[in-house]
Amino acid sequence: MAKPTTDTNTNKDKAKSAVTEPEYPLTTMAVVAPIMGWLIPGGGHILLKRYGRGILLFVSVVAMFVIGLGMQGRIYQPNGGDILDILGFVGDVGSGALYFLARIMDWGNVMAANAAADYGKTFLIVAGLLNFIAAADAHHIALGKKP
Amino acid sequence: MTINLSHFSAAVVFALFASIVFGITQRNSTMEQVKYGLYCFGMFVGGVFVAGWVMALIRR
Repeated sequence: MAKPTTDTNTNKDKAKSAVTEPEYPLTTMAVVAPIMGWLIPGGGHILLKRYGRGILLFVSVVAMFVIGLGMQGRIYQPNGGDILDILGFVGDVGSGALYFLARIMDWGNVMAANAAADYGKTFLIVAGLLNFIAAADAHHIALGKKP
Repeated sequence: MTINLSHFSAAVVFALFASIVFGITQRNSTMEQVKYGLYCFGMFVGGVFVAGWVMALIRR
């Protein structure tokens, strides 16, 4: 008796499609939203019509950045030389447009040696790192991994 | 512009904004986000008190 070949072929096709097609296909929005979110904190969420979340993220990251500058925190530059300076730059640049604005306006170009300035530097770095997390979240929303 | 915050107020402000971002990004539904944000805030501020007491006891 001949084996039913059609069912096995269908199963093979299904298996092939499961391997080749990703569960969450990469869309244009999944690329644009995190870039927008990086440049403007919360911008990715606002682009994806998550207005409440976007505004809260914007307020949080901008407030941390402004408080960091107000506490005489230092803005790191890309050519710091020291490995810790490079890591500080990576954190700072996470704030996107805020970082570039600060560099253009020459904000945070201080070498104050006190506790408040140290906290300010931490505020600036953490604002950038939180913005990276927010941008990744916008990417997940755009992919459909998160509502 | 200069902002003068005490150690404690700086820690609370830090905890507030970090908790908001953690809540929004790490949970899905609105209620879960609020709960997780409050949990993170509590842990941050609780950690400040614990660290403060540990340092005070070490100093004695």
